[in-house]
Amino acid sequence: MQRRSKAYIAGAFEHPTRKAIDKTVPQLHAEVALGALQDAGLTKDDVDGYFCAGDAPGLGGIAMAEYMGLDLRHIDSTETGGSSYVVHVGHAAEAIAAGKCSVALVTLAGRPRAEGVATLGARNYGGGVPDVGFELPYGPVITNLYAMAAMRHMHEYGTTSEQLAWIKVAASHHAQHNERAVLRDVVTVEDVLNSPMIADPLHRLDCCVISDGGGALVLVKAEIAKAIGSRCVKVLGHGEAVKHLNGGKVDLTCTGAVKSGPIAFAEAGLTQTDIDYVSIYDSFTITVLETLEDLGFCEKGRGGPFVSDGNLISGVGKLPFNTDGGGLCNNHPNNRGGMTKVIEAVRQLRGEAHPKVQVPDCTFALAHGTGGSIGTRMGSATVILGRNDA
Amino acid sequence: MSQAAGTYPDPVINLETERYWAGAREGVLLLKKCKACDVTHFYPRAVCPHCLSGDTEWYAASGKGRIYTFSVMRRVATPFAIAYVTLDEGVTMMTNIVECDLDGIAIGQQVEVTFRKTEGGHALPVFRPCGRSAP
Repeated sequence: MQRRSKAYIAGAFEHPTRKAIDKTVPQLHAEVALGALQDAGLTKDDVDGYFCAGDAPGLGGIAMAEYMGLDLRHIDSTETGGSSYVVHVGHAAEAIAAGKCSVALVTLAGRPRAEGVATLGARNYGGGVPDVGFELPYGPVITNLYAMAAMRHMHEYGTTSEQLAWIKVAASHHAQHNERAVLRDVVTVEDVLNSPMIADPLHRLDCCVISDGGGALVLVKAEIAKAIGSRCVKVLGHGEAVKHLNGGKVDLTCTGAVKSGPIAFAEAGLTQTDIDYVSIYDSFTITVLETLEDLGFCEKGRGGPFVSDGNLISGVGKLPFNTDGGGLCNNHPNNRGGMTKVIEAVRQLRGEAHPKVQVPDCTFALAHGTGGSIGTRMGSATVILGRNDA
Repeated sequence: MSQAAGTYPDPVINLETERYWAGAREGVLLLKKCKACDVTHFYPRAVCPHCLSGDTEWYAASGKGRIYTFSVMRRVATPFAIAYVTLDEGVTMMTNIVECDLDGIAIGQQVEVTFRKTEGGHALPVFRPCGRSAP
């Protein structure tokens, strides 16, 4: 049975750089745009819809449209942190289905590594933000915020550091085959546990890499996809959600995937057992564990046993994930990992992942993005994609 | 923050929250409750996040609570403990745990509010373990 698709991903491109000392952010946006358009066999003059998030400098989409010389009739600059680009895939599919645009370009770029961004400082979003006064003086850093989620998950469900470590181990098994990955060495559970403690209970190897670069996607309507051919990937379902501290009723053990997942599965008409491959945002190991539970790949609280013993390793376990090495080993451009999650899912569905990690007969894939800080103030977005003949 | 030097950055204060920080300087932890739906919220704001009523009022919290979760930041000159504490009034707030062995902190531990001076002379509510027995 051929499934209906609102739109197709025709082009996907991950910038090869991991440290962009000699390039500006707009330049990186333009380079990834060109890469994705060439991948689709299209040009920038074909683009009539543009999607970008907070990493686009200046007036966001307007500034980038001018820089790249885009002639637009649809624009969307939804900002939900690192999950933005997964949201954009959904919004672009909707816009194409509604006839608002025919060729949608999504870009992400940044150079935190070249700019020497440190992650041990608290993020200050500015004095106009209402929560800042009640948090910033206490020294919240992205790592100790995620660490507090991990600590509570361990308390409620008995999750262990060894179980979290298996997520990094799986990512490293995949990254060894990716010549562009920042970290290519295969690591063991012991390696993770022996790496320096950053913020209890997260070790250095529980954390993702910091890298420059970016990525882009091109989505097109069905008629154009048909002309381009079988490398086009179907967008079958998408869901998005925002989760926050809810006026002080705090729960750090779950994510917005509790909402975004079921919406995406329902739209796609698929269940967890149909999914051959998952790209799960992996800013930290705990991000993956909570997300897999919330997406229903295992019972809530059973994420620890689920990710253990290589279950996420392609060719070894039941649910291959992040076969490019993910943010944990490969690339986390501009500290926003949603884009690269979609790109690797597209590679898998095209059969273009590295042969050592390619999932055989990969028909359905799920990509999930997380933005902001887990459990506290976050965006969650899920897309379910299908091979061209799915 | 820099607990080592005994200095905390000043909070950002605005029209909605100046009463909270004035209370802290007097050694009182203030919370906001909605008069329309009778629910306490945190962080305090002019408009209730549960029902959007603008009819909210301040009251003094007990200053007691339990640690919901915490993490000791190790990769800094002087490690410190960040935490979320659930107050007896039912809301959970970010804070630091002080006056204790950082390796002895536990989820569920009973804590009470105390205050630390910030760089500009404001007072910041933090929490320390207290003698109340575990539930």
